[in-house]
Amino acid sequence: MKTTPLCLITIIAEAILKERIISVIRDSGSHGHTITDAQGEGSRQRRVGEIFGENFRMETIVSQEVADRILHVLSTDYFDRYAVIAYLSTVNVIRGEKYV
Amino acid sequence: MFDILKINLCSPLTLAFALGVFARIVKSELSLPRDLYTSLSIYLLFALGLKGGVELSHSSLSEFSGPAFVTIVLGIITPVTSYLVLRKLGRFSIADAAGIAAHYGSVSAVTFIAAQQFVTSAGSPAEGFMPTLLTLLEIPGIQIALAIGAFQMARSKAKSPTVSKADGSLEPVVSVTVSGRKTRELMHELLTSRSMILLVGGLVIGASVGDSGWAMVQPVFEGLFKGLLTIFLLEMGLAAGSRLGDLRHAGLFLLGFGIIMPIFHGTLGAYLGSLAGLSVGGCTVLGTMAASASYIAAPPAVRMTLPEANPTFYLTAALAITFPFNLIFGIPIYFAISKAFCS
Repeated sequence: MKTTPLCLITIIAEAILKERIISVIRDSGSHGHTITDAQGEGSRQRRVGEIFGENFRMETIVSQEVADRILHVLSTDYFDRYAVIAYLSTVNVIRGEKYV
Repeated sequence: MFDILKINLCSPLTLAFALGVFARIVKSELSLPRDLYTSLSIYLLFALGLKGGVELSHSSLSEFSGPAFVTIVLGIITPVTSYLVLRKLGRFSIADAAGIAAHYGSVSAVTFIAAQQFVTSAGSPAEGFMPTLLTLLEIPGIQIALAIGAFQMARSKAKSPTVSKADGSLEPVVSVTVSGRKTRELMHELLTSRSMILLVGGLVIGASVGDSGWAMVQPVFEGLFKGLLTIFLLEMGLAAGSRLGDLRHAGLFLLGFGIIMPIFHGTLGAYLGSLAGLSVGGCTVLGTMAASASYIAAPPAVRMTLPEANPTFYLTAALAITFPFNLIFGIPIYFAISKAFCS
């Protein structure tokens, strides 16, 4: 079966950023995303989940160009100030045209 | 005074709160599902709005305008005094001082309800329009403190734009963006927050339907109110109890601030209330509103706008120091002060 290599961006962030990060990926050109709850511990500080809600994990499959735009906005506006991590991996998807 | 304190200490609300704290101290596995906490807070805020709206329909504009004016004055004063004390005396960073001030400028709905219950049991019920004052006090305090924080941080950034990193390169001290878009987003979030929609929506519905409409929903929104509030206070006790360990990190200054500042703001609120012609019950509730620190509306707004502020400071101060202080000692103190002002 024909597959297309694309970028899978995974973002794990604190709950209050959910709406803003959805806007970031939409504005950068992402056509869709999946959000699940996330739990764990990070390097930044003690978790304050009971007040702010649990962290979320967002995944979106995009072209390299869109991935660069998303990571650029996250680096400039979010990484320094909020509890956010993001990583990129290459995935081979069926119906590649659906994502770009 | 001791009799009043005894009534307050023996109320189911205070005892449920104490049970929650105790459960955390003995490391009990007791915890309330997060969805129950959300459901109870929706119920309490909506009930507060509805009942307040019905009572508001009985009030005239002339009796309401004076108290509304002093409430807005309090909303402006309390974040500024909190910020100045924290910054000048406590030597907190700009972000921490502004973050904590936003909590003390805003109001805690649960403390407000506890004060209303207290004055009713003490035989001096507050005026019916008090929930309307609650909505007036909720937002300006947060906005003012966040504006002070953003403005002061931008100014300090302009004065010393860079610091040396270990490798000799330079990096910005802070990265504050006070763009119009972010301010608009924050205003949108505050005005459309759960508590605002439920309180203001409830007030409008309550005022429109009046007594006949209220009679239809009264069994749920009044009959069950105290019982469900007691469960909510148990949850508040669990939340406060889980932050007790953070008191070590908060330091003695914040502990003193979390007690003395509410007494100062409470006295000011009771005094302004008496000037505006409120009854003893009304002055007590207004004083309690001024003395209380928000932990529903303020934390997400501060986290979003001033992420440099350490949540341990503002959450511990609001939830583990000021809330229990007001619930147990503060409300009876503001009641005694209000009696003195009104006599």
